[in-house]
This record gives sequence, C-alpha cells and structure tokens, in this order.
Amino acid sequence: MSFQLPKLNYDYNALEPYIDATTMEIHYTKHHGGYTNNLNAAIEGTSLSELPIEEILKDISKHSAAVRNNGGGFYNHNLFWEIMGPNGGGMPSGELLKAIEKTFGSFQEFKDKFSNAAATRFGSGWAWLIMQNGSLKVFSTPNQDNPLMDVAEQKGFPILGLDVWEHAYYLKYQNRRPEYINNFWNVINWKAVEEKYMIGLK
Amino acid sequence: MTHTLPNLPYSAEDLSPAISAKTIEFHHGKHHQAYVNNLNNLIVGTKFENADLETIIKEADGGIFNNGAQVWNHTFYFFAFSPKPQKAPTGKLLDLINAQFGSFEQFKEKFTSAAASLFGSGWAWLVVNKEGKLEITQESNAGNPIRKGLRPLLTCDVWEHAYYLDYQNRRPDYLKGFWDIIDWKVIEERLK
Repeated sequence: MSFQLPKLNYDYNALEPYIDATTMEIHYTKHHGGYTNNLNAAIEGTSLSELPIEEILKDISKHSAAVRNNGGGFYNHNLFWEIMGPNGGGMPSGELLKAIEKTFGSFQEFKDKFSNAAATRFGSGWAWLIMQNGSLKVFSTPNQDNPLMDVAEQKGFPILGLDVWEHAYYLKYQNRRPEYINNFWNVINWKAVEEKYMIGLK
Repeated sequence: MTHTLPNLPYSAEDLSPAISAKTIEFHHGKHHQAYVNNLNNLIVGTKFENADLETIIKEADGGIFNNGAQVWNHTFYFFAFSPKPQKAPTGKLLDLINAQFGSFEQFKEKFTSAAASLFGSGWAWLVVNKEGKLEITQESNAGNPIRKGLRPLLTCDVWEHAYYLDYQNRRPDYLKGFWDIIDWKVIEERLK
C-alpha cells in the first residue's frame, strides 16, 4: 500500500484573494506531493507500509527522520486542505462554538490565541487547535511535527491547523506573516472543523 | 548598545540571476531589518543591553538569541557575496579544503548536500573546529556554530525566504546559483 496525494475539493484559485492560485498549486503539487512521494519511498518494503498514517505518527520516535518529516508533512497538508474552502470564514456553530467559548472565553479570544501561536512560531511549523482528553487547546509545533506524534509537546487530535512555513505564504505576503494569518480566518471551512470535533468527541 | 542594519557592499540587483533584486530587497530590507529592530526592543533592561552579538549568540536564549543570531547570520551571509567574486579558494584555505574534503569540488558537493537536506528553516556552515580543521555543519532556525565553540567561515541561508521568490520549492537550483556569487577572497580573509 502506498499513500496517495488526496484530491483537492476546490480549484487552485478558489481561496483567492486570501491564498493565491500559484501558491496553492505549488504548495499542493510540489510540497505536499513531495512529502507524499518521500514518505512512500521511506516506508517502502517496511512494515510501516501496511499501517494507516495515524498509526505511524503515534510511534514516530521509533522511526527515521525521513518518516517523521514526510509523514508529518503528508498528514498536516491533508488536514490543511480539508479545513479550508471557498465561501469560508465566519464562525463555528453548535457544540464546537460552545466548547470554544467555554475554553477560551469567546470566539475572538480563541482567534487571538491561535493567531498568536501562529505568529510566534519561530522558523517553520504549524499552529493547532487540538482536542486533548475532551477539551480544546491551542499550541504550535516546529517543522512538520504534529499533535499525533509521541514527540509532540502537547498531544491530541488536531481539528484545525495553520501552516506557517514560509512556502505557505511567501509568494503573496513575503515577510508579512501576520497578514497571512489574519486572512486565514476568511477561508476556514468551519463545517469541516466541526465534523472533526464530533469525531474527536467519540 | 543599539544594533544597526549594515549597508550591503553591492546593489540589490548585482547578484542576479543567482539572487534577484526583489529577494535581496525583502531579505535585507525587511527580514534582516526586522531582526535588528526586534533585538533592539528585546534587550532593553536585560543583561544583554550592552552586549555584542557574539556574547548574545553564546549566552542568550529565546527571542534575544533568535534575533541576535539572525542579525549576525544574515550579515555574515550577505557579506560573502560579490558581483565580481574570486571564484575559488586559494592558498591556506584551499590547502585546508583539500586536506579535509579531497578537493574543492568534493567540498562543494558536501556543503550543497548539507544545505539541501536541512529540513525546515536553518543554515549550512563551513567552520573551523577546535583542532583547526574544517567541518560542515547544519543549524536549525537561528542556530550559529559560535555557540558550540566553532569558528564560521561561510554560511548558506536555507530559510525559504532566502529563495522562494526566485526558486519556490527548488532549493537545489538556489544552491547552484549560490556558488556563483561567493567571493572566496572574503572567506580567505575570515580564515586569517
């Protein structure tokens, strides 16, 4: 079995003007495609090639740097494309909104906290909203690490992730990472995040 | 002391096609400048308020280390370039390279490989170790070999901001161009 680059549910230009078509195309085909190919090459002929990605990530400290970096890159980008979409933005609703308000005080306070985690991640990495023992938590990881990995500072089930590698925004925003983060809120598909939250509750 | 952004010894367009004017303008004018500004803000009221960059690199942590080391790293990086470079090392530096790596060509391959394989943001380095021998090392993010007691001679920035406007995901193409603009006269001076 080998991992497949998942189909995007929208066109490269669907997140314009917040994420430009050129960035989407390179990010998806070259970066995500690269992680997928490199992951497959790293696990080919090993027992890992029989496992789902989540199982590989959970014991990542036992595997090579190539599996950690590319396995993380594969999973993280899968999630990233899923939680964005055209006509995105606005606010979550239902159970997820209740949980956000309970944990962070308000949706705005959550946004500030998540944006700050994304802005202050030095170097390459990701900001996350995760479920940890049933409650919500915001933090960030370096490079392609993620909260499913046993090496992560905080472990849990990710329901929202923001890529703050420079390749995610440099063509459009250059050094202005805060502007990219601010615009990310306009492309979040909250329905997809809510579905992940419900899965995490089970 | 107040840290300042050094002026480059060449114009932004001078390194093209290896590095475009646009990349130099952002890299030096925005990123390097931001590290200088952040550092100046962060050191106020700390024991590093009057420290030089090497002291900060050796002793500081967190934001002061990150910004201080990035100021030093970028200055070291930009000042190794020239539009009219001496294309290869000579004399003592060449002898050391040959002794350690076999040939200048083999050294370039090894350094290129270190720069290409560094995952995420960081720097590849050519350093002199405590025994006076050359070594190639990798540092993540703002890392700088001075902190480990090594003496840097050459560095390559592989943060994506160093090459993304010109090369996007093609870091190996950026590394090819890198060798065309290194002025080995500068590196020889650093060895003295």
